[in-house]
Amino acid sequence: MGDTENLNVTPLNALHRELGARMVPFAGYDMPVQYPTGILTEHKHTRAAAGLFDVSHMGQVKITGADPAKALEALVPGDIVALDVGKMRYTLFTNDAAGILDDLMVNKRDRDLFVIVNAACKEQDIAHMRSHLKGCEVEYLEDRALLALQGPAAVDVLSRLNSVMPAMSFGMGATLALGKYEAFVTRSGYTGEDGFEISLAADQAEEFARWLLSQPEVKPIGLGARDSLRLEAGLCLYGHDIDTTTTPIEAGLAWTISKRRREEGGYPGAAVVQKQLKDGVSRKRVGIQPEGRAPAREGTEILNDKGEKIGVITSGGFGPSVDAPVAMGYVASDYAKAGTPLSLMVRGKPLPARTCTLPFITKRYAK
Amino acid sequence: MTTRYTKDHEWIRLDGDVATVGISDYAQSQLGDVVFVDLPAPGKTVAAGAEVAVVESVKAASEVYAPASGEVVESNQAIADDPALVNRAAQTEGWFVKLKLSNKTELDALMDQAAYDAYLKTL
Repeated sequence: MGDTENLNVTPLNALHRELGARMVPFAGYDMPVQYPTGILTEHKHTRAAAGLFDVSHMGQVKITGADPAKALEALVPGDIVALDVGKMRYTLFTNDAAGILDDLMVNKRDRDLFVIVNAACKEQDIAHMRSHLKGCEVEYLEDRALLALQGPAAVDVLSRLNSVMPAMSFGMGATLALGKYEAFVTRSGYTGEDGFEISLAADQAEEFARWLLSQPEVKPIGLGARDSLRLEAGLCLYGHDIDTTTTPIEAGLAWTISKRRREEGGYPGAAVVQKQLKDGVSRKRVGIQPEGRAPAREGTEILNDKGEKIGVITSGGFGPSVDAPVAMGYVASDYAKAGTPLSLMVRGKPLPARTCTLPFITKRYAK
Repeated sequence: MTTRYTKDHEWIRLDGDVATVGISDYAQSQLGDVVFVDLPAPGKTVAAGAEVAVVESVKAASEVYAPASGEVVESNQAIADDPALVNRAAQTEGWFVKLKLSNKTELDALMDQAAYDAYLKTL
């Protein structure tokens, strides 16, 4: 068991304990990895009904200034200037070698940008933004909680508090009244399901979470199922599938870079990205489907049919909805085509696998 | 047939020369949902404390260590076919292997039920 003395807590810490969660240290926070029903049940419940996730450990940041969208484009390859007010975009902080410093969601609002970054990276991200965003104020919203309600029933649950919810399309965000709570709500998530992320005052979070959990469709979901859900959805986990040694192109994230930004550059590592878009990359992130029942975990070596190492798994485990092991990782580009046979070295034995397209499940985002 | 336990949460129960080995109910509750087991082929010999099997939950893989030295005479096909049986019946039908022990006195060093229960309280 880890040392829990120096860990930060979210506003829902007491509620997690009351619900019987098993708590683990994660990114400096004391977080629920699972509740008594277990990861399989939590995972399947999220895809069948609605799961409540506490993601308050993530960094919520407000950027204000004369033109924060233009300013932020100096740090990310995403098209923030062209983003409409009320919409959100997934993008990346890159370094001069086009390595990925973090991934983030950017919401364009009337008077600011609202940015969500990873818990483990938030201090460095905030320092990075403060030192580079000319003419902008970067405010860390420490007094906000962040809850995610994910799954096909999420929209019905929140509609009981505000009838506008079904009208939001995926990737939209708005400041809304949810009953007596004022929240910034986006229709988004990290599970491959329809759902919402809800930013609200930390001191209201527990009461709001209790209301959500009082709804028949809603169960609490821990970080264990969050990981298996996002892996089935083919979504990257920072520090595992993407990091400073991987570029957006190698990671299969070229879709996050608009035509204008590919041409104009103007972000760290733009020259590397342009070269990789033109000449290709030596390795690519792919989905990997082990053929047997044995999961292949992060760090597992990937071999070709001659037994030569051609890659490594960066996320791997068991996919409860797929009912089979699932993984993703990087392979030499010659092996990236879906259906290519590979071997995975698990406990010294080569296990057969194939590359596959991501995601492993059909995403069900609201149109 | 006394059940004895290791500090790594394996149990072992001797019946004649052959001992049945599994993981404790505490261990299965800590692992969570078991989705895969990697079992040894009969004939494999293991030393006390050496890895004899692997149990995988959704989250992670964990080694199962032999509580005593011996030769694997049988692996439990039922948990290979239905890994969740380890969660449902860790100390009965969810056993892992049967070992023909080479030195039964090794069992004397292991905890009995009362000692194991006391040990769990310290965790």
